[in-house]
Amino acid sequence: MTTSPVIRIENLEKHFGRLQVLKGISLDVGVGEVVVILGRSGSGKSTLLRCVNFLEEPTGGCVEVDGTRLEAGAPSRARRERIRAIRLKAGMVFQDFNLFPHLTVIENLVEAPCTVKGESRGEASKFAEELLAKVGLADKRDEYPIRLSGGQKQRVAIARALAMRPQIMLFDEPTSALDPELIGEVLTVMKNLAKEGMTMVVVTHEMGFAREVAHRMVFIHEGEVVEEGPPDKLISGARDARTRRFLEAVL
Amino acid sequence: MPFKVKLGLVYGAIGVLLVLFVIAFQYDTAFILEWLPFILGGVPLTLFICFGGIALAVVLALLGALGRLSHNALFMGVANFYVSFIRGTPLLVQIFFIYFAFPQLAFKPGVPEWVQPLLVYNIAFAAILALGINYGAYMTEIFRAGIQSVGHGQAEAASALGMSSAQTMRRIVLPQAVRVIIPPTGNEFIAMLKDSSLVGLAGAAELFYRAQSVGKAESHSYETLTVAALIYWLLTSIFSFFQKRLETKMGRGHVREEVAPPRARGIA
Repeated sequence: MTTSPVIRIENLEKHFGRLQVLKGISLDVGVGEVVVILGRSGSGKSTLLRCVNFLEEPTGGCVEVDGTRLEAGAPSRARRERIRAIRLKAGMVFQDFNLFPHLTVIENLVEAPCTVKGESRGEASKFAEELLAKVGLADKRDEYPIRLSGGQKQRVAIARALAMRPQIMLFDEPTSALDPELIGEVLTVMKNLAKEGMTMVVVTHEMGFAREVAHRMVFIHEGEVVEEGPPDKLISGARDARTRRFLEAVL
Repeated sequence: MPFKVKLGLVYGAIGVLLVLFVIAFQYDTAFILEWLPFILGGVPLTLFICFGGIALAVVLALLGALGRLSHNALFMGVANFYVSFIRGTPLLVQIFFIYFAFPQLAFKPGVPEWVQPLLVYNIAFAAILALGINYGAYMTEIFRAGIQSVGHGQAEAASALGMSSAQTMRRIVLPQAVRVIIPPTGNEFIAMLKDSSLVGLAGAAELFYRAQSVGKAESHSYETLTVAALIYWLLTSIFSFFQKRLETKMGRGHVREEVAPPRARGIA
């Protein structure tokens, strides 16, 4: 996987008050690459992901997504536009789904393409139906989210992000809120997405998924990248003691 | 004895006592029958003022709530002042101010002529303005709470999809907040039905004004005010009935969905 990077994270810092959560992280992600970010809770891995699409404003450093570059800085109109440009390129999937409960499944999918991109309802629905078929939920088209299981909700959430035709996908612990028997169906959808060549950054504790799908694993500890490498290499021969301890705990 | 029967007996006893009271104090039925149509003639104006008032209040409450939640100092400052000032002054003073003080301003020397129609109203319009502004301030808090009841994750998901904050508010947050906002708004409407009687003091020929002016003139205040009270009670009971049904309907379904497991945000 040595293509030109589609995500460049340079020296990223994030402070919450006096607490420094990210201490200058740099990371490049190539086109079609699947990167799994590992780390204990509180290590800063979710914050890192949320800084990529500026749901969290970094306090230092720089993020570039598919050629759109933005440094940490004060809010302004121009900045808001840049952030939106980055968000249009980066789909995001949350731990607790965050589906829109007042909209049906299909309406959840067409909402943003219609309001943000000005697509017609017709073309947006057509693509949305294709996506629903892809995640195996074509028959749930007109259900409200409350009637879906957690796994189904998360698959709808993935389809909703894909409906914007993003260049990259960010997954923030997508299976952590799911009952164990529902995790598989979500991971299958993610694996298929990876096979299609989607660039993915995934924060997860699912080591099976990481080993099978990830091109690279990145271990973060206290806001710093401690170690990174292909899953096999990292799992069998981590150099850093902290990485080894973490892997022993989760494997 | 079943509880419901006991309760029925209590209601019956209260009813009998009231009838006895009315008989004991020689309620003048003939008089009230003669004047009832005149008093009832105030009901349309009462309802007109209240529907107009609540419509204006909803608009102001929405603006007030958005202002109080805004990060813009101007919007927030204006909204905070509006709520604080209006809630801190009596409704009666506000009604009188709009109806009696504004016209005085309009005719001060040096005030351009085009301003006059902006400050001089007929009483029905002044009433709607006063009740709307007053209730809008109280309802601002209802609307704000409704908007804040929509989980933060909703706005986050919408902005991650590229929606602007205005789009997020209009398309995602407000439609969900409405479920929370509508039932208490019904309560405010019912409260306004009663407070609208204050407008009678400024001379609007609504229900209370008619009842008390006839009563005073004919020395039959006991008869006319009793009947006015009963009409207010009937009106509020009718609207309470619909309000309760609306509340049950709104409470169903989607609301439970919003109780997501709490989770530390940001650092994880």
